[in-house]
Amino acid sequence: MTFPAERGAQSFVLLRLDDRRFAVAAVHIAELVSPSRIFRFPHRTEKVEGVILRRGRIVPVCDIAETLIGKSFQARRFYLIVLRRYATNAEWVALPVTGECELITAEMTTASEIDAPYVAGWISHDGNVIEVLNVGMLTPGPIESEALNGAFAMQGAP
Amino acid sequence: MRLATPIGPRAQRTEQIILFRVSGQLFGVSAASVQEVRSVDSLAGSAADISSPSLQKVRHIVRRGDTSLFVVNGALHFGLPVTPGTLVFVLRRTRTALLVDGIEKMSTMTRLQALPQAFCHEERQWYRGLTAVDQGVIPVVNPDGFLTAEEVALLEESLILATTAKTDQTRQMELLQ
Repeated sequence: MTFPAERGAQSFVLLRLDDRRFAVAAVHIAELVSPSRIFRFPHRTEKVEGVILRRGRIVPVCDIAETLIGKSFQARRFYLIVLRRYATNAEWVALPVTGECELITAEMTTASEIDAPYVAGWISHDGNVIEVLNVGMLTPGPIESEALNGAFAMQGAP
Repeated sequence: MRLATPIGPRAQRTEQIILFRVSGQLFGVSAASVQEVRSVDSLAGSAADISSPSLQKVRHIVRRGDTSLFVVNGALHFGLPVTPGTLVFVLRRTRTALLVDGIEKMSTMTRLQALPQAFCHEERQWYRGLTAVDQGVIPVVNPDGFLTAEEVALLEESLILATTAKTDQTRQMELLQ
């Protein structure tokens, strides 16, 4: 087990979904993008709404709100661009969020076995305990990458 | 850690694509992979019905010499609302003839980005990748992605059964006469 004091402080981006806040390790975040046009086409992957164009790249938009707050998040349209690890590489994914994001520094406590798979750990901020998200477990991808992402989660990475 | 790089970005290789519509949705297909574009009316003479209950997207075949092409309804394939198709793309080096609503225009693709790995189901077979055209994003279809080898085998089986049944029926008619 790793104690917070051993890990030291890290930077996190706090994002808000409805009235709840979540954190993502800042090292895995590329940028926060203002509302953009989403392009949709037929596919069969749940949780992927479509794609946006960003800096010449086509970035999939993955809805994480359903998993995190139990309902789809419509009042949004900012996108947090996050690096998502796969088995052989990493790609950007866009997470719909409100524009209210905040950069903080905190010490993370690694998640335990009883936590949801998408929880990489916990941080304390403003008197609240906030889940640090494991983006790899929240967004779809090839099955073979899940084990790898689980391993990253244990190390506190998204 | 490395970011996935788009396919073929180094040299400015261009590819002619046909932009076409199925049930209001825009798709692209490499012009080189389309052998013929025919109107539905012009194929009526060489088309026949085929019935494979587990494969609703194929309801007709088109005879081409010794081979049969399976007409895949684009709307049913992509899970879109069915619209009356007006054109058929005969896809080169496949057994597929694709029923579409119409052609939007020809365009030039300079860059094809691999489908992001977040897309992890059947669409990985459907599309070669995505491309940006006129400030929009268009999925570029994979000509081999409309029918799997198993589906072709299933359709050929249905075809043999239908032919056998027809032959038997003809013989019975002849005996009755």
